[in-house]
Amino acid sequence: METLLELKGITKVFGDNVANDGVNLKIFKGEIHVLLGENGAGKTTLMNCISGLYIPDQGKIFWEGKEIQVKTPQDAAKCGIGMVHQHFMLVDNLTVLENILLSGLRKRFAFLNKKQKKREVLELMRSYGLDVDLDTQIWQLPVGLRQRVEIIKVLYNDAKLIILDEPTAVLTPYETEELFKVLKFLTAQGRSVIFITHKLEEALRIGDRISVMRRGKIVHTFSSTNVDKNLLVRLMMGEEIEEIKGKKSSKVKKDKREIILEVRDLYVKNDQGTIAVKGISLEVGKGEILGIAGVAGNGQSELVEALAGLRLAIKGNVYFKNKDITNAPPRLLRDLGIVHIPEDRHKHGMIGEFSVKENFLIGSYYRYPFSKRMRLQHEYIEKYARMQIKKYNIKVSDIRMKAKYLSGGNQQKLILARELSKFPELIIAAYPTRGLDIFATKFVHEKLLEYRDKGASIIFVSSELDELMEVSDRIIVLFKGEIAGSLSAKETDKKTLGFLMAGETLLFSERK
Amino acid sequence: MSNRNLISFLRVFEKDSVIESVITPIIGLVVGLLIVAIIILLEGVNPITAYQELIFGAIGTKINLFSTLLKFIPLSFTGLAVTLAYRAGVFNIGAEGQLYIGALVATWVAIKVNLPFYLPSLLALISGMIVGGFFAFIPAYLKVEKGINEVLTTILMNYVGINIVGFSVNSFLMEKGQTAPQSPLIERSAHLPIIAKLEGIHLHIGIVLVFVIAFLMYDIFWNTTWGFEIRSVSINIEASKYGGINAKKVIMIVMFVSGAIASLAGSTEVLGVQYRLMENFMTGYGYDGITVALLGGLNPLGVLAAAFFLGALRNGAYSMQIATGIPISIIYVVQALAILSIISASALYKKFLAEN
Amino acid sequence: MIDILLAILNISFLQAIVNMSTPLLLAAIGDIYSERAGVLNIGLEGMMLVGAFSSFVISYHFNNPYIALIITIIIGFGLGIFHAFFTVTLKADQVITALGENILALGLTSTLYRIIIGVTEIQPECQGLPVLYIPAINRMPVVGDIMSGSTILVYIAFLMPIITYVIFEYTSFGLSIKAVGENPKAADSMGINVNVIRYIAVIISGIFAALGGASLTIGGLKYFFDNMTAGRGFIAFAAVIFGRYTPLGVFMGTLLFGSSDAFQLRLQTLGIQLPYHIFTSIPYIVTLLAMIFSRQTSFSPKALGKAYVRSS
Repeated sequence: METLLELKGITKVFGDNVANDGVNLKIFKGEIHVLLGENGAGKTTLMNCISGLYIPDQGKIFWEGKEIQVKTPQDAAKCGIGMVHQHFMLVDNLTVLENILLSGLRKRFAFLNKKQKKREVLELMRSYGLDVDLDTQIWQLPVGLRQRVEIIKVLYNDAKLIILDEPTAVLTPYETEELFKVLKFLTAQGRSVIFITHKLEEALRIGDRISVMRRGKIVHTFSSTNVDKNLLVRLMMGEEIEEIKGKKSSKVKKDKREIILEVRDLYVKNDQGTIAVKGISLEVGKGEILGIAGVAGNGQSELVEALAGLRLAIKGNVYFKNKDITNAPPRLLRDLGIVHIPEDRHKHGMIGEFSVKENFLIGSYYRYPFSKRMRLQHEYIEKYARMQIKKYNIKVSDIRMKAKYLSGGNQQKLILARELSKFPELIIAAYPTRGLDIFATKFVHEKLLEYRDKGASIIFVSSELDELMEVSDRIIVLFKGEIAGSLSAKETDKKTLGFLMAGETLLFSERK
Repeated sequence: MSNRNLISFLRVFEKDSVIESVITPIIGLVVGLLIVAIIILLEGVNPITAYQELIFGAIGTKINLFSTLLKFIPLSFTGLAVTLAYRAGVFNIGAEGQLYIGALVATWVAIKVNLPFYLPSLLALISGMIVGGFFAFIPAYLKVEKGINEVLTTILMNYVGINIVGFSVNSFLMEKGQTAPQSPLIERSAHLPIIAKLEGIHLHIGIVLVFVIAFLMYDIFWNTTWGFEIRSVSINIEASKYGGINAKKVIMIVMFVSGAIASLAGSTEVLGVQYRLMENFMTGYGYDGITVALLGGLNPLGVLAAAFFLGALRNGAYSMQIATGIPISIIYVVQALAILSIISASALYKKFLAEN
Repeated sequence: MIDILLAILNISFLQAIVNMSTPLLLAAIGDIYSERAGVLNIGLEGMMLVGAFSSFVISYHFNNPYIALIITIIIGFGLGIFHAFFTVTLKADQVITALGENILALGLTSTLYRIIIGVTEIQPECQGLPVLYIPAINRMPVVGDIMSGSTILVYIAFLMPIITYVIFEYTSFGLSIKAVGENPKAADSMGINVNVIRYIAVIISGIFAALGGASLTIGGLKYFFDNMTAGRGFIAFAAVIFGRYTPLGVFMGTLLFGSSDAFQLRLQTLGIQLPYHIFTSIPYIVTLLAMIFSRQTSFSPKALGKAYVRSS
């Protein structure tokens, strides 16, 4: 095999965090090379070093045997390295064609012959069997097509190496299959692909070779024809991980199921003004965890925000213990005993510029004993904050420190501690383990189960099927804003959930 | 403490770090004064002489100090008004219009109302505050309900406010039998209480009010739930909503109060110093409020220091002009350079933090 | 009422609209570049004031308005660099920077005027730009009459919307500006130098704001007084928002504000027995109302007002 790209001793440090630690890697021509690892293993950083977004602190990059300097994305593009980022690098209010042209601009000032360029791009698309309307603006396209635009972009720049960062995270199973076909076709033409993922199944399906990354290092590279699956998991997670144990089911007896939350025919719009939640009805019982599954962008976020009072429902009703709380403001909901662990902790969950102490006040600052006749009770607040920090083992040296300097895991613990200390009856947890390492994730799961056993009801939204099946009592699957299926967590399996997430309800019910 | 330790010490603590709130404004002022010294030098005047004249004019004699204090009062009010709004994440560039409209209403009430024992002045101040507050409420309402940039609306409303005053003193509020655009004199019963007198210069009760408001504001910011709401809204509006804060309401109330405080700059000037309303009776004090707020590190107590400094600058500039011929308008250059130096110093400091 | 109608239904009123719109149009069209690239330029007011002052002083000194025009362009270039240095390089707050610049412009022009010209009995006048005679235009009916008193700045102003439209729709530069203002991170990843594009865009804005100021002095009154822009920079800025950041929209916006200015001047000259303050308020009130009744937020570039910092 001929080597296209070789990395030698790539090291990248951010502050105290060594994101890449002397990475060596070879990419052959015409292969799909999977970079497998947990979140935070350093995969994306490594790819940013290759594609010119970061400059490595140490190490060398060789392209077709020659050492190259990649200081800017242009340098990378000139060599023939193209990257499809996890968050698409597209300009929403420009057309597909304009986005493609942008990526290939060589001169700062030149007149654009759009008609001629359009013909060129169409020709290119035809030769790879890719199809997308060039005159549509990006924001009008579904996610799968946006990714396709990204791929056309790198091909338009004649990339010999195409890097895809977690490309399937936003795709339905059908779109994933389509993507895999395209990638196979590209490698058959002699181009190389680096495919970043944290999903084992995918790595095994698509990769010619698989490199496992952990804590900034490549720990092993396998050929996909010769993989020890158990070893792969152990390498990826580290040796410390315990086997996932069968969980205890809810202690609350099912025969006298008391309904805590009832949602009736709810409609919610998203930021773009289209209807994202289309007539959802659901129930959550006391001491029950309701898992919500679905590919990102199928209405989960809007549903959660509507339930948490952050987004207006345009139709339908929400009842909490038989009381109508439709479109009630967050403050009222919290006073009723409904807490919300938000999806985006930086946007909603905390105020980074505030101290840790003040972050503990969010959502309860107006309550006794945190305040008394509008005056903050600093002494009590500090005592309370210290207690929670101890209880949740949050690593912070001084409660006056700004919360933005905490690590992601500790920030999540802070939010968890704060919300759970409010004696909740209903916990709405949206992607509470996103971006956390395996230990923090486990901690969150344990806390949720602990509160369920105390009798709290929980809505648990996640995109990870393993976690959903482990923690939930029941799981509903959302597809295009509707409930595609409602299942008992014990009786279902990943394949069924996968089908439902792809929107294949009819097919599924026919099979049954 | 080593340099590195010092930095990590500073970055850690919740209230504004020492550098941000004290050192950068001082750097800003020094840079401003230095650059202006060069301009003065180019004009053929010794900058040291010029600045000596300026300092003498500002605080050299008791009378000079008194008139500096009379400038300190309105500058504090507008500075505090801008600070309050800024702390809730709103740029109130409209203090100029708010103080004009506040002064207009206060004058009208003071002239019309006939009551004993300082009641007319109290009533005048309060009505000025209500209308000034309403004047600031409009841009706040437009911001939260219609998403219209408040910088622009407050600026445009300044012109409207100033023109309304101009119109009034040329029509219904014009002194009878006069051609000058000014209101009749306000009766003695409606004057503000005087707390000190010196050769014809009266120091009115406004100076006490300034301190009361500054201390109240400081206390509210850091020790009350309302202060917590205000500060949350400015930093992260989404998180505030999540935390049960009605951000729109907070912004509208804060702007109302900000406008009310700004109005005091105009109404106390009329009721305590000039005793009548004239066209263009105090130009630029609203815009100066922005400088004061920034120089004061957006801290209510810092604002008082900055207002005194700027008041001294304004007052001293007259003496400097008389003695050396350097135009008064040069103090705008000092102010602007100070603002620009402050924002570049804090930008550089942030860059430095990010890189270390 | 008939008086008012008569006052506005004639060629000279249309001429007045053109004259009143020109400074706004120049500043506003230039500002489109800056705003679309993601840099707020509320410093337009100060830039116009500096442009008005420098063109006056230079024309006064050299007795040649064209030299003044060229030097004003160079000064506008410098003003753009100044604003870009603070907002793009230092990443300082774009609003506060602009406020500082506006105060600086007011202070510097007033001070320098007193130093250079001194206090005089009679307002000194400079050489104004001559009327530009373009046969093809001036021979046209109506249009010819309207443009009959126009200087080169008027023609530049009215040509700019078309040029700007072409640049934004048909050139790589226009495409880059739109990308940089909408999603700088994406633009960066596509090899566009975000800071360079923003610098160029802000410089263009500086040049045209300075020309807008020049149109008040060498293209208009021929003398200078303190704070003579009187908020026109802010109105131009409003016109950009009102016009939804598009050349045609901004053109319409400046015409609206320009005509309200022309209208109020007409009313003043009619000798209606009302203080002139009512009339001078009209442009500001029209601008305010226009802002209120046009939805604006969804049209603004997404990265507007935000400095671009690379890395995650």
